[in-house]
Amino acid sequence: MADAPNIPDEAEVRARWGNFAWNSANAEKAREIVARYPEGRQQSCTIPFLDLAQRQVGAETHTQGWLPVPVIEFVARELGLPYMRVYEVATFYTMFNLAPVGRYHVQVCGTTPCMLRGSDDVFAACKNRGLVKGKTTPDGLFTLTEVECMGNCASAPMVQINDDNYEDLDYDRMTVILEALGKGETPKPGTQEPGRHTVEPVGEPTNLVAMMTDNHDYRPEWGTAS
Amino acid sequence: MPKVKVDGIEVEVPQGATVLQACEAAGKEIPRFCYHERLSIAGNCRMCLVEVKPGPPKPQASCALPAADNQEIRTDSAMVKAAREGVMEFLLINHPLDCPICDQGGECDLQDQSIAYGRGTSRYDENKRAVTEKYMGPIVKTVMTRCIQCTRCIRFAEEVAGVEEIGAIYRGENMQITSYLEQAVTSELSGNVVDLCPVGALTSKPYAFEARPWELKKTLAIDVMDAVGTNIRLDSRGRQVLRCVPRINEDVNEEWAHDKTRHAVDGLVRRRLDKPYVRKDGRLVAVEWDDAFAAIAAVNAGSSVAAIAGDLLDCETMFAAKALVNALGSSLLEGRQTGMDYDVTNLGAVAFNSTIAGVEDADAILLVGTDLRHEAPLINTRVRKAIKKGARVFAIGPEVDLTYKAEWLGNDMGLLGGLPDRAAEAMDAAKRPMVIVGPAALKNGHGAALKLAKDGSLVRTLEDGTTWNGFNVVHLAAARMGALMLGYAQSGGIADILAANPKLVFFLGADEVDFTKFAGATKVYIGHHGDKGAAAADIVLPGASYAEKAGTYVNMEGRVQRGDRAVFPPGDAREDWTIFRALAEVLGVTLPFDDFAGVRAAMAAAVPELGREGLVRFDWNPPALDAKASGTVTYPVTDFYLTNAICRASPTMQRCSAELVHGQDFAEAAE
Repeated sequence: MADAPNIPDEAEVRARWGNFAWNSANAEKAREIVARYPEGRQQSCTIPFLDLAQRQVGAETHTQGWLPVPVIEFVARELGLPYMRVYEVATFYTMFNLAPVGRYHVQVCGTTPCMLRGSDDVFAACKNRGLVKGKTTPDGLFTLTEVECMGNCASAPMVQINDDNYEDLDYDRMTVILEALGKGETPKPGTQEPGRHTVEPVGEPTNLVAMMTDNHDYRPEWGTAS
Repeated sequence: MPKVKVDGIEVEVPQGATVLQACEAAGKEIPRFCYHERLSIAGNCRMCLVEVKPGPPKPQASCALPAADNQEIRTDSAMVKAAREGVMEFLLINHPLDCPICDQGGECDLQDQSIAYGRGTSRYDENKRAVTEKYMGPIVKTVMTRCIQCTRCIRFAEEVAGVEEIGAIYRGENMQITSYLEQAVTSELSGNVVDLCPVGALTSKPYAFEARPWELKKTLAIDVMDAVGTNIRLDSRGRQVLRCVPRINEDVNEEWAHDKTRHAVDGLVRRRLDKPYVRKDGRLVAVEWDDAFAAIAAVNAGSSVAAIAGDLLDCETMFAAKALVNALGSSLLEGRQTGMDYDVTNLGAVAFNSTIAGVEDADAILLVGTDLRHEAPLINTRVRKAIKKGARVFAIGPEVDLTYKAEWLGNDMGLLGGLPDRAAEAMDAAKRPMVIVGPAALKNGHGAALKLAKDGSLVRTLEDGTTWNGFNVVHLAAARMGALMLGYAQSGGIADILAANPKLVFFLGADEVDFTKFAGATKVYIGHHGDKGAAAADIVLPGASYAEKAGTYVNMEGRVQRGDRAVFPPGDAREDWTIFRALAEVLGVTLPFDDFAGVRAAMAAAVPELGREGLVRFDWNPPALDAKASGTVTYPVTDFYLTNAICRASPTMQRCSAELVHGQDFAEAAE
């Protein structure tokens, strides 16, 4: 695949991350994760361990974190698995970054519902802020990735930045979010629509209105009474 | 025993059989790519779709569907035909149309099945996917764009080879098969993925662009690289053996062969002895056959002759040499060229009695001084299978990676006298306990191992009335059991030959002998490769390799097998038995045979077991040996890829050795 990320396995990466080990807090978490699964089923810890490792790398580099090959191998050793089995998992899931990312990993959804609701404007906002798909900005702040559906279609378009979702976006709202993040602030996650709390219908409900107040049985009206 | 109907034919299949197997039992061919009898079921190629009632009204993957009573299976309905055409069209979407330059052409499952089950035309006019080549080591060449992601190679590496270094990375359309970080796969069985690959994604690197399958003459033969007796097929064109692939024999090699078996064949055309040589003024000079024979006759040794057999010999050669030595009035014969002198009064005590297939039935296995992975890789895979069935494996010797988890007891032969509790308990509790003694342990652990066999009653009658013999010895040389049956053994080993101080010694392809000790004798080397033996010899007579003569071989379990001649020996080289026959004339003795059939007949008369193919059951009558054992073990195989003269002449094996054993870096940049 011509545009597949090249897995960095150079000497510098080995030198920088070869001695990777859990810090004390994560070692505690790792023990807790292992305890969730029966003895002999350590393979089940692969995904939580990779996530934990990516977060620790992120904390050490003040970024969103990524998984250098020596860290993947560390996880495999911790679990007594062949390197290949963990490597397969790390490459399968797009939430594991195989190359370094910036402080904020901006993952814009471009799947159909978001696209219909204006994800192109969100991309335009990113582009104007200097973000390029698949690249990290020179200041190391943002990495932009186009992703597939993240399951927030009811409040599309949306973007995931690190662990938070920002929904009901348009060009201006996205610009505001990026500016705030650039200044080191943390914008309010979730929907950006004033007055909306979560993914409840915008405005008055139009369907099944009678069920709003009591346990109304629509079935006789539909001719499907049991 | 479910009864099912396949296209109206009623068949009964064993419990747990799949629909695919039921269809095969009914004689129906089911196309498949990912399904393989010896690997776990993946069910991801979808080529084996059939219609099954009762069930959802859609085609079902027959390889992953258990056969159940009263199923009605259709393999010939319109739905099945449409489904297979659809699957084939999807598979071909990203498969390049490069059959003319693909080494798999002519023996490609995808090619064959697209003709039988495909639509004939493609409706796809988008860009095809392209995947970069992956480096998988010196044996396997990759063209990953051709890969259809059947994952057979991954399953083979994990389940059979036990080396989890092949995997699938990325996902969906981007999924790629690769070795870990594109490093060489460190398995001695890696060549098997080439046979497993249903397309041309994994092909043989040494054999790349050498020949087309329909150009090759196929000869059934027996492998001599180890004492397993792998059944092989030698594919030759003209005078050269171009490749070697395993044949299926469930009792011996299943359908695997290790890399040495497959790829040492390019050593058959290198460093060959193609002329007789005689040493004159310290240098070997090429001469005619008559001159070489005259030089041997000039030694005038009388009955002071001996023969030492090498590792790669067929029984006919050894029998012909024995006939000559005996006719000259000597009985100095030895086949254990490295100087081993274990007791051979009872061949049962030095044979692989449980049989190779029997390893799978064992429920507790004790490895005594054997690095099974490198001494007999195909027995190692059987041990892996036994472990999968629940066997426990203990091992005495220096710790090595056997591809499975053995419980190492320590490198001390003294442990044979008193096993640690966990091992002793497991062996006692086992219904079919097994001891596998390596060649290294025969030196000072043979007696102790036999005592263990007696005390642990490894030879027992099982509940079903059959006899179980759990005492096994691993040999390294393909010629060993045949040599022992033909009497190529002195009680003191080579030391006895040295003590007799023969004037004339025939070295039959023996390269591992300590030749310095034979300084006083005239050394005649009869063999096919210019290796250590030829270098040390006074007279060299060029013989035939295993590919160039028909021969009888006995593997370590005592299975007599015969191979045929694939090509003729090069130059002036002759089949070995003719050399002894001609030499007998010169030395003034007569041998009881004039043609090859005569050799075989005389050999069968002398040792009846060698006259018919099949398993020889040796008596179990172990000698009473000194049961004291002590000391450590050193495995004899230090470099798996360079164990005999043929491998040492093979560029592929040298490359494997440099890269996989000595860690030289050959990784190639992707093109």
